[in-house]
Amino acid sequence: MSEALQLLWTDYTLRNVAAGTAVLGAVSGALGCFAVLRRRSLLGDAVSHAALPGIVLAWLLTGSKAAPVLVAGAGITGWLGAAAVSALARRERIREDTALALVLSVFFGAGLMLLTVVQGRPDASQAGLDTFLFGQAAALVERDVLTMGAVGGVAVLVLALFWKEFKLLSFDADAAAVAGYPVKLLDHLLTLLLVVAVVVGLQAVGVVLMSSLLIAPAAAARQWTNRLGRMVVLAAVIGAMSGALGAAVSGLAPGIPTGPAVVLAATAAFVVSLLFSPSRGLVSRRLRAAARDRRLRTEGDAS
Amino acid sequence: MNDDVVKNRHTETSTVHPATDAAVSVHDLTVAYREQPVLWDVDLDIPSGVLAAIVGPNGAGKTTLLKSLLDLVPSVSGRIRFHGEPFRARRRDVAYVPQRGSVDWDFPTTVADVVTMGTYRRLGWLRRPGHTEHEAAMTALRRVGMADLATRQISELSGGQQQRVFLARALVQDASVYIMDEPFQGVDATTERTIIELLKELRGEGRTVLVVHHDLQTVPDYFDWVALLNVRLVAAGPVREVFTQENLRLAYGGRVGFAGTKEPTSGPDKDPTSSYMGRIRP
Repeated sequence: MSEALQLLWTDYTLRNVAAGTAVLGAVSGALGCFAVLRRRSLLGDAVSHAALPGIVLAWLLTGSKAAPVLVAGAGITGWLGAAAVSALARRERIREDTALALVLSVFFGAGLMLLTVVQGRPDASQAGLDTFLFGQAAALVERDVLTMGAVGGVAVLVLALFWKEFKLLSFDADAAAVAGYPVKLLDHLLTLLLVVAVVVGLQAVGVVLMSSLLIAPAAAARQWTNRLGRMVVLAAVIGAMSGALGAAVSGLAPGIPTGPAVVLAATAAFVVSLLFSPSRGLVSRRLRAAARDRRLRTEGDAS
Repeated sequence: MNDDVVKNRHTETSTVHPATDAAVSVHDLTVAYREQPVLWDVDLDIPSGVLAAIVGPNGAGKTTLLKSLLDLVPSVSGRIRFHGEPFRARRRDVAYVPQRGSVDWDFPTTVADVVTMGTYRRLGWLRRPGHTEHEAAMTALRRVGMADLATRQISELSGGQQQRVFLARALVQDASVYIMDEPFQGVDATTERTIIELLKELRGEGRTVLVVHHDLQTVPDYFDWVALLNVRLVAAGPVREVFTQENLRLAYGGRVGFAGTKEPTSGPDKDPTSSYMGRIRP
């Protein structure tokens, strides 16, 4: 373990990878809380899958494989995916889960098709686009990490600025509307932040697994606290630690890919929280229930 | 601009009761979901300073009426005024208490925090609630008898306590019109007494309180003004004048009885509308 920590500081590549995955874990952890609380956990999944066609299209249109170009394309189709979900779900006869499933599969299918088509080209200039499927954290360089930090930092800043509005919107959207807040605009803004969180993680974790980094840290943090502020901070910390841990594990055992390792670390944090949190954990609830039954039984015997 | 003047003149001459002192005035309101009208051509003037009930069977459009007053649902036609002005211009004078079940009570927040949400609009963008807002929230919580539960997580509250939290959030807004959707639904007797005392206090302060209500039995005790609704407005006015057996029959389709009439009704077990007869009070 100490060896791993030392590597994180001394090895240039590993340090970049760990910093990058920690940043994306923190950003997606913080922003994912609102998706989880608004019962829109799957929206992140639809957005990240919808990012794939954008990546390929961006390359087709510009011929550039620079990360900002591809990621901008990803953001555009990811946002379109989210817009498609809300446009479909607004029709009363299509439920939100149906809309999510439709958008996810249609956009992802289109992305895979585009990817297959460009890979059939005779030249090799498209090589590497498919790394966005599962991410390639090892390829992160310092500039990528700085960009991720800047973009994610702006998203977190926006979250902090409109904190009370987002809280009111998430708890009671009707009350926000009656108070005169532009709820549609706030809703779009929150969705946009979710798109940003997805986009920040695409390079390292990929479109397929990204959404679990939005959900797992938030769901884990919810087990430990009953305050929104603490939940968001805790989710960011859990996300960042999962990122660094996943990077360290895959750095020590080079056969293990970073993205999946990060996702597994976040999921492990969730499972531990679900089982062992003092107030909401399954184990402590069982223990309390057993203690209560014992007490009631002895009281019943005594009378 | 000109249009507005013309419209105003038109309604002033066409309304039977001049509505100059109406706290809430509804004119020709029609609301539809898909093809089905939920509210049909409703005209309603609620005078200032009354404690008013809206009653009617399930599906009568009571909640829809409240929501269209508050611009939460679009209307096909109609004009709504609060003290003579559109809702948009009078937001700060209007507080809304939605049905308890309309929010997720497992949301990670506390009682005091939910009540503080009532101050957000006054604060405006970017500013955070401070000492003044927390004091206002605590004052409101004291009025509903919940001050000792201020730091409680909201998922630990009973139904009656949840209702009182919502009420406190509305009190903080210091509004002149209070609009409430079934505040007595599924609450304990203590909460019901607390709420009705509070509503009467609000009326005593000259505010107008508009309540969607289910329990016909308590209407004469609790309210001084009532509107009977069943998609169309059946009757509206002082309880003594319009809360009659005949109007109730018109609203509920002729199968309802209420305390004070000797009219025989079918047995409570068989009558599908028996729930409208209200609970037996202790």
